[in-house]
Amino acid sequence: MAAFTYAPAPESRSIVDIKPSYGLFIGGEFTEPADGTFFKSISPASEEVLAEVASAGSSDVDRAVAAARTAFDKVWGRMPGRDRAKYLYRIARIIQERSRELAVLESLDNGKPIRESRDVDLPLVAAHFFYYAGWADKLGYAGFGPDPRPIGVAGQIIPWNFPLLMLAWKIAPALACGNTVVLKPAETTPLTALVFAEICQQAELPPGVVNIVTGAGETGAAVVDHPDVDKIAFTGSTEVGRRIARAVAGTRKRVTLELGGKAANIVFDDAPIDQAVEGIVNGIFFNQGHVCCAGSRLLVQESVSEELLDSLKRRMTRLRVGDPLDKNTDIGAINSAEQLARIRTLSEIGEEEGAERWSPPCELPDRGFWFAPTIFTGVTQAHRIAREEIFGPVLSVLTFRTPAEAVEKANNTPYGLSAGVWTEKGSRILAIADKLRAGVVWANTFNRFDPSSPFGGYKESGYGREGGRHGLEAYLAG
Amino acid sequence: MPVERTTTGRLTVRKTYKLFIGGAFPRSESGRTYVVQDTNVPLASRKDVRDAVVAARAAVPKWAGATAYNRGQILYRIAEMLEGRRAQFVDEVSAGGENASTVDAAIDRWVWYAGWADKIAQVYGGANPVAGPYFNLSSPEQTGVVGIVAPPDSALLGLVSVLAPAIVGGNTVVVLAAEERPLPAISLAEVLATSDLPGGVVNVLTGRVAETGPWLASHMDVNAIDLSGVDDPQLATELEAAAAENLKRVLRPAPGPVDWTAEPGIERMTALLETKTVWHPKGV
Repeated sequence: MAAFTYAPAPESRSIVDIKPSYGLFIGGEFTEPADGTFFKSISPASEEVLAEVASAGSSDVDRAVAAARTAFDKVWGRMPGRDRAKYLYRIARIIQERSRELAVLESLDNGKPIRESRDVDLPLVAAHFFYYAGWADKLGYAGFGPDPRPIGVAGQIIPWNFPLLMLAWKIAPALACGNTVVLKPAETTPLTALVFAEICQQAELPPGVVNIVTGAGETGAAVVDHPDVDKIAFTGSTEVGRRIARAVAGTRKRVTLELGGKAANIVFDDAPIDQAVEGIVNGIFFNQGHVCCAGSRLLVQESVSEELLDSLKRRMTRLRVGDPLDKNTDIGAINSAEQLARIRTLSEIGEEEGAERWSPPCELPDRGFWFAPTIFTGVTQAHRIAREEIFGPVLSVLTFRTPAEAVEKANNTPYGLSAGVWTEKGSRILAIADKLRAGVVWANTFNRFDPSSPFGGYKESGYGREGGRHGLEAYLAG
Repeated sequence: MPVERTTTGRLTVRKTYKLFIGGAFPRSESGRTYVVQDTNVPLASRKDVRDAVVAARAAVPKWAGATAYNRGQILYRIAEMLEGRRAQFVDEVSAGGENASTVDAAIDRWVWYAGWADKIAQVYGGANPVAGPYFNLSSPEQTGVVGIVAPPDSALLGLVSVLAPAIVGGNTVVVLAAEERPLPAISLAEVLATSDLPGGVVNVLTGRVAETGPWLASHMDVNAIDLSGVDDPQLATELEAAAAENLKRVLRPAPGPVDWTAEPGIERMTALLETKTVWHPKGV
């Protein structure tokens, strides 16, 4: 059956004014890196160079931490919460005002569909600043003691999958609690963070409260190892998370880690199939599967697996892969050549290990980094594609017969970030949710986020919670 | 060493101090002992640590699955049993050079934590007002198996102060008793064994922290480690680094001396709890 044909509906790029070159944002000003090194940020959809960005060395990180320390000691750490709140409200408002520009830039730099950056990322970014703005002068009511204090300088390292949203998750609670920050965006997606730096200037945020140091892993390590950083917040891979946990051993640095996942999405035989299929698609193909909480393992009850898979495949043939700026696009570009190589490698391993691979017919653009939505059936728990985080649009399908088996398989992973349950039976939802070892359980829905809702993992998915009242704890001294 | 003859001249029966693993009182599989206050105490080995972790893991479903009310009842029962054997503990802590009042404080601490069992979820969790038609609830639950190095300077009160907050929320524990003052820990195990606490919820090992600590900290089936009792900063750093391998939750030793008689606060409980957030759409 032929799909509807769509005329291209590209969002205009003209709203974005990308500078050819960006320095480091330290002490309220853009400054050159000490050793003069720059790297390029490209559009993963076209491989076009978008801008060159400064690479911060350890002396740059020193400067940024010093600026953050001064701002903490002299201004932000002693400012009444009421005034911190007003700055955060200002930032939230400016983000709303510039939201179209930021959404386009996010899609350009990251490769995600404009439909998602416009309808998911940006609204959540603004909402996050609004939410934590309101906490700034109410911290004594948060349940962390009558007079909770900020910790000091927070070093924050964020990933490339939700660049501006992860920035918001880090900066909003830190600032609300009275800390100052040195934030390192991901190497492949630094641009929206640099526009955020401009927004800090527009909001007249005191210099040094927010510092942004761009660079790769070495810059991040310099932030983590800096002796004058009091708190580390990291979102990224479990492997790097482990390294950070080791690096801070023996220090007084506080740490929160939001790491990888291999979430089970469990579909029982009484689930509404059409809704479950939408949830499965949203669970694994949202943001090209570049989601730590993606529902990358589908556990389907054996009696409905055939019906469900037929329906899922039908639905997948309707997914539109292509230009991130096209408003009809469902799946955009893979964020980098490196990530594409990893997805390809693990998918090849899936075939070699005996799982059956299927993708809908789909034309991929010639330039840029692309991977068709893919499912593997006949997957067993021993397969690497059932154990390792692929971080791409690749779903591993396993089956089960009893609820106990579903729970057993769902929990059979070192990760524990999220899980999904699909069933019409309320008591079953609550019983299964109780038994799942995961920090977020979506029942009859998937991949929902809200600033008031705590997010974070069990086991090797890390520790600490971001979002909600719980998210304040990481930034307050008891 | 306890009194050898009573006032009537009766020769007393001595107690053999043993480990506490899975609700039983075995000797160290290594057959080794060391001497504390003229008493032979088991010198736990790597394999004892592993046996204790297996027992602790096996005990999680039943203990975490018990109702909070039931866990509270059992913690209160521990206080009752401890009160009944108060004199024995006074003797033991006094022999270790500690004030007898620490026994009273330890009993009261069990009572304090017993009450938390069915309240911590209300204080620490709650409904989240998300911007959409969803039910959204965050609740704390156990992280799993917790390894604890008990404070060396407070053989009973310090031990109770790290043990009770770990188990009240549904965790199970492997605790390394104070190396030079292990006797109250073993006697406490006898109290736990008669308090309806399921076997394996608390496992007590005596011996050298420098020997067993690294095995506990690096064990891949331990979810969290409380280093409160590690007084050697170098060892604490090594144990924290070892714990990173499976991203254990780590409670670091306090930077200075701890007043174990002070009201504890909820941080020791919450540090060993996970927050689970459940979403469900609302609709008709």
